[in-house]
Amino acid sequence: MNTLAEVFAAARAERRGVLVGYLPAGPGADEAFAAMVAAGVDAVEVGLPYSDPVLDGPVIQEAVDRALAAGTSPTDVLRTVEGVARAGVPVLVMTYWNPIERYGPARWAADLAAAGGAGLITPDLPPEEAGPWLAAAEEHRLDPVFLVAPSSTDARVARIAGLCRGFVYATAVMGVTGARRETSAVAPGLVARVRAVTDTPVGVGLGVSTGDQAAEVAGYADAVIVGSAFVRTVLDSGAAGAGKLAAELAEGVRRPLPRPVPAAAPPAAPGLDGI
Amino acid sequence: MTAEALPDASGHFGRFGGRFVPEALIAALDELSEAYASARRDPGWTAELDRLLRTYVGRPTPLTDAARLTAHAGGARILLKREDLAHTGSHKLNNALGQALLARRMGKTRVIAETGAGQHGVATATACAYLGLDCVVYMGEEDTVRQALNVARMRMLGATVVPVTTGTRTLKDAITEAMRDWVTNVDSTHYVIGSVMGPHPFPMLVRDFQRVIGDEARQQVQELVGRLPDAVTACVGGGSNAMGIFSAFVPDATVDLVGYEAGGLGVEGALHAATIAAGSPGVLHGMRTFLLQDPDGQTLSTASISAGLDYPGVGPEHAWLHDTGRATYRSVTDGQAMDALKLLAHTEGILCAIETAHAVHGAVELARELGPDKVVLVCLSGRGDKDMDTAARWFGLLDPAPGR
Ligand SMILES: Cc1ncc(COP(=O)(O)O)c(C=O)c1O
Repeated sequence: MNTLAEVFAAARAERRGVLVGYLPAGPGADEAFAAMVAAGVDAVEVGLPYSDPVLDGPVIQEAVDRALAAGTSPTDVLRTVEGVARAGVPVLVMTYWNPIERYGPARWAADLAAAGGAGLITPDLPPEEAGPWLAAAEEHRLDPVFLVAPSSTDARVARIAGLCRGFVYATAVMGVTGARRETSAVAPGLVARVRAVTDTPVGVGLGVSTGDQAAEVAGYADAVIVGSAFVRTVLDSGAAGAGKLAAELAEGVRRPLPRPVPAAAPPAAPGLDGI
Repeated sequence: MTAEALPDASGHFGRFGGRFVPEALIAALDELSEAYASARRDPGWTAELDRLLRTYVGRPTPLTDAARLTAHAGGARILLKREDLAHTGSHKLNNALGQALLARRMGKTRVIAETGAGQHGVATATACAYLGLDCVVYMGEEDTVRQALNVARMRMLGATVVPVTTGTRTLKDAITEAMRDWVTNVDSTHYVIGSVMGPHPFPMLVRDFQRVIGDEARQQVQELVGRLPDAVTACVGGGSNAMGIFSAFVPDATVDLVGYEAGGLGVEGALHAATIAAGSPGVLHGMRTFLLQDPDGQTLSTASISAGLDYPGVGPEHAWLHDTGRATYRSVTDGQAMDALKLLAHTEGILCAIETAHAVHGAVELARELGPDKVVLVCLSGRGDKDMDTAARWFGLLDPAPGR
């Protein structure tokens, strides 16, 4: 299996962006992940379904509600991680903090590593509270990934970037998850601020849904992270739809560099805007 | 360590509190912390808050000697701190007004709030109308039905009320939805949290704005009975009226602090909101505290006849007071609370909120336990107009419609 570092190094050599695809674990997720990986997704984020997702918009909420109603548990998440890792791509878990606090950070790190997981993305765990998790992650060689936001001060960007392994997750917009018609105007500046303080790759997420948007983001970021668009597609048309979208996005992150920013805003796929 | 020294600089009350929020909100929380610290040092700002508490909210609120309730209980003397007589009918305006003044100071033009019983929503809508701020209130759909009167009040005050249809459609989901709004609109918007909960600095800020209840009551009790009370009691949802009255007495070791949580249909079962009695430590809505959660860390749904206590968490300072043993927490069932609502109405001519009735039941019970020469102070957190529909159904008070 490749590590995140290897995936980023290979993509850099090919002068292209890394495509990261997100879905919450739950019924149908394993098949969809398989289709996404087959169609060119380089790394995967498995969402751990949680009852109070404050950073998620309606699309991910709907998928998470379904997953919870079907009884999806942290153990199911680990099973999904195991399956996707076997396909040879790095797998991170994206989770709100309470389920991990409840599971026990040390036990979770051990079990996630045993399942072949590469790391953990923690959107509501600030560095100030991350001590026990960082220790557990280091012990089990997992990459901790934290988020920086357009509103983060330079000092915080430096502190957070210094704690991230694998990549730094830059949230492109102020807001909850959901596909957006326009890509973010503030993301390039945020990425530049991260690059000023670290050599760790930078991924940009929140809002990307089309190949054109992926191409634009890959023009300034190392990884393009796509969540709601995959979730919407899987809700509507299952694994086949996810594979098709992955192929479009994978083409986007491979368009030749440097890419001029398109003159007009890229057209939105029907039904994917803002939701 | 005394409560006055807490929270520490990073917002912790012992192992509780902190800030578990998306990074996008950290800058706003820092801005709020700084604005609050500078406002507290600004004599002009504190003088304006004091003036408004007197001339607009109607403070100080009176202390009522509940002689007939005391006689009925047959034990300690029961004194009522009358927050129900504050403008808008509950303690909630103490906090909403303070935070709205802070919002104005920070240059924010839009205010959002969550509400359960609607009292905090009404208080926030009131403060926003008074100060000329835009106001959006998130309220669980179930609560918009059981507290319909307060929905109308908020709309009359010019606020937009957004019924929340996600999750359990109660207070927990209204908070989640308000946080989503805040993440999206944080530049223009201040989130007026309605209780001593959420990420730092909210638990501290709301406690400080509510502390006026305890400061007034401490002096009033001493004037009336010549000494401190033996016990101070309050209902606990998020815990703001309780923290407000407790905080003035925390250093007084002889004063027992007792909070009453919503026992719903009984804490033995699953239908209650007794967070401290039946919960375990975890993280929700930006804070580490006691939570009602399942073994996987998913928030459990709660049940209480009172919308304002129907919440699976509790303010982190209460979790800490419980941990240290400085305060104790008991639970009161729906039935006990409704009986207390009626008892207070019949003995004292006061129709309190159903939330408050939990504390009234607790105080009567405690008065009996303590015996005659003791004094029990109750925070009478709100009036019950909003609950008359629920009470009428519970007690079967309405005559059948004519013609049936
Ligand atoms: C009258 C009254 N008392 C108490 C509460 C509970 O809130 P807290 O525990 O923050 O005082 C509410 C909440 O709506 C209320 O309306």
